[in-house]
Amino acid sequence: MNDAVRAVTVGRAIPLPGNDIDTDRIIPARYLKSITFDGLGEAAFIDERAAERDAGRTHRFDDERFAGGSILLVGRNFGCGSSREHAPQALQRFGIRALVGESFAEIFSGNCTVLGIPAVRAAAADIERLQALVEQDPSTEVTVDLDAQTVTAGTLHCPATLPEGARHALVRGTWDSTALLLAGRDRIAATAGNLPYLNAFAG
Amino acid sequence: MSQATLFDKIWDLHTVGTLETGETQLFIGLHLVHEVTSPQAFQMLDERGLPVLHPERTFATVDHIVPTDRQVRPLADPMAEEMYEALERNVARHGIAFYGLDSDYQGIVHVIGPELGLTQPGMTVACGDSHTSTHGAFGTIAFGIGTTQVRDVLATQTLAQTKPKVRRIRVDGRLGPGVYAKDIILSIIATLGVKGGIGHAYEFAGTAIEALSMDERMSICNMSIEGGARVGYVNPDQTTADYVKGRPHAPSGAAFARAEQYWRSIASGPDASFDDEAVLRAEEIEPVVTWGINPGQSVGVSDRLPRLTAVTADERDTAAAAYRHMGLSENDPIAGTPIDVAFIGSCTNSRLTDLREAARVVRGQKVDKRVKALVVPGSKQIAQQAAAEGLPEIFTDAGFEWRGAGCSMCLAMNADKLVGDQVSASSSNRNFIGRQGSATGRTLLMSPAMVAAAAVNGAVTDVRQLLN
Ligand code: SF4
Repeated sequence: MNDAVRAVTVGRAIPLPGNDIDTDRIIPARYLKSITFDGLGEAAFIDERAAERDAGRTHRFDDERFAGGSILLVGRNFGCGSSREHAPQALQRFGIRALVGESFAEIFSGNCTVLGIPAVRAAAADIERLQALVEQDPSTEVTVDLDAQTVTAGTLHCPATLPEGARHALVRGTWDSTALLLAGRDRIAATAGNLPYLNAFAG
Repeated sequence: MSQATLFDKIWDLHTVGTLETGETQLFIGLHLVHEVTSPQAFQMLDERGLPVLHPERTFATVDHIVPTDRQVRPLADPMAEEMYEALERNVARHGIAFYGLDSDYQGIVHVIGPELGLTQPGMTVACGDSHTSTHGAFGTIAFGIGTTQVRDVLATQTLAQTKPKVRRIRVDGRLGPGVYAKDIILSIIATLGVKGGIGHAYEFAGTAIEALSMDERMSICNMSIEGGARVGYVNPDQTTADYVKGRPHAPSGAAFARAEQYWRSIASGPDASFDDEAVLRAEEIEPVVTWGINPGQSVGVSDRLPRLTAVTADERDTAAAAYRHMGLSENDPIAGTPIDVAFIGSCTNSRLTDLREAARVVRGQKVDKRVKALVVPGSKQIAQQAAAEGLPEIFTDAGFEWRGAGCSMCLAMNADKLVGDQVSASSSNRNFIGRQGSATGRTLLMSPAMVAAAAVNGAVTDVRQLLN
């Protein structure tokens, strides 16, 4: 079991505008060619960061103002596309501890949960306000509270939700799913014993 | 809440119990493994000293990182070779069947599962790959998982899951000539949106779906995930049973009869109820081409690209970003857009019927001089079947390269990549920025026949003009 719980995450934030940011953008496929997750932190958004530099701009992940930020503020359908766990692994290794977004792709948010990263949903208008607040004052402290199901920043206080299963796991520190699943070993065998294709016509 | 659908029945049958998190512990009947998302999972298993609970329900292949030109060991790319060796070690140690490059059954994981008869109706199927939804074509609950969940399945043969809603998508009527399953699914995604399926399983039904071959049903279920739905399925019928019969891992003789009985019993019946429903008419679908940076940004081949003012406020930023990346403009016709690369392959469209349709288009034609064109069959079996029909010659005579099986330029983890801002006409499933190996590369998704037509003309072309 994990020795920590994730009921409350406090930190500075990084606002990341845009919708439908897919996992290919978070971590390009060439970084999947490794048998470990080591070194993925520096590669988060690497192509976009390079493109911004080439264009004379600064990507939020390279922006001094947001350096050390641990809460990522994103738009809609974040993490869509490939199931690669390398995406949340890269974000976590970069230093992200929680995400606040309008919506997340399901495989992505599931991958976040098993890594102990809450990916909470908030209303579009609230995210806009949060992003604006942090843009204006990057030192703003943001709190993601899974017990209260809120995100707070300065005077801003908005509801934030995540699926109950994920919330429960993060609050109780039981996101290590393997341990949880192994506890039901006898029942696993019983279920397998009832499946026609494992018994009646096993090939 | 849905009731008595195929999804409900399979879900109930595979439910081990309810976890303290409130999630369902779901038994996984078939676990498919490939080299990219498994090494860390095996490592985590080893760190805990856990065995693989059901090695006989676990099957592995190599597809993402294999080269498609010279498929010999050691692989030319040392990192690819290291991944290959890691998988070899892991499957050997845990007693898992492995269809590697020396097997006649190697290929893209979602192509070989069905081909081997491993994928059968009424199963739950998981794989560390989002296009696991492909297997839903057989009437399964099949979905992609992350690497930590791969560990869960290896260790426990189960997953913690929350039951989604079930939406039925009916496609009624008949497809016109030159219009394919790919066009159906791209139309569905354009209609319901790339996030429309979040929290849902999609049941594909209706007369147009029932008329499809298994190859075509797989193309549709494959891209469910591009519409946000982790699971997409078609109810099993005679077409399904005929496909499975006689395959290496399929039941045979009296066992097959018992299997068919089970398969029929799990289909959604007349008493099934769905959380909601969407309806499309097959006659209204024309060949579809994507113009943007997600698979929902598409138009019919005879249409013009949308004006930003006509795009919903929600979608406008992404559309503007797409125009910037793609170098296309509002109101341009999509037909005539020049291409540099033509790619026929991927778990969406690299099966025998796909190659046959593309070959019909290129037979006796020449690929435009400016275009680099390649065909990458989804598996060694497909490559062999295609060879028996003389398809490779048709392609190579026209100027296509004929390659070995693998994922190839679908995600460009091998040497097959776009260069610079090349425009690719691709039969794959994702047009995300950077997906085909170049950060500035541009992808137009379409059916394999449409890719073939684009290769011949050097530009996006309505394939119906070439098919007579
Ligand atoms: S062909 Fe493409 S989408 Fe399919 S499994 Fe391979 S990389 Fe993934």
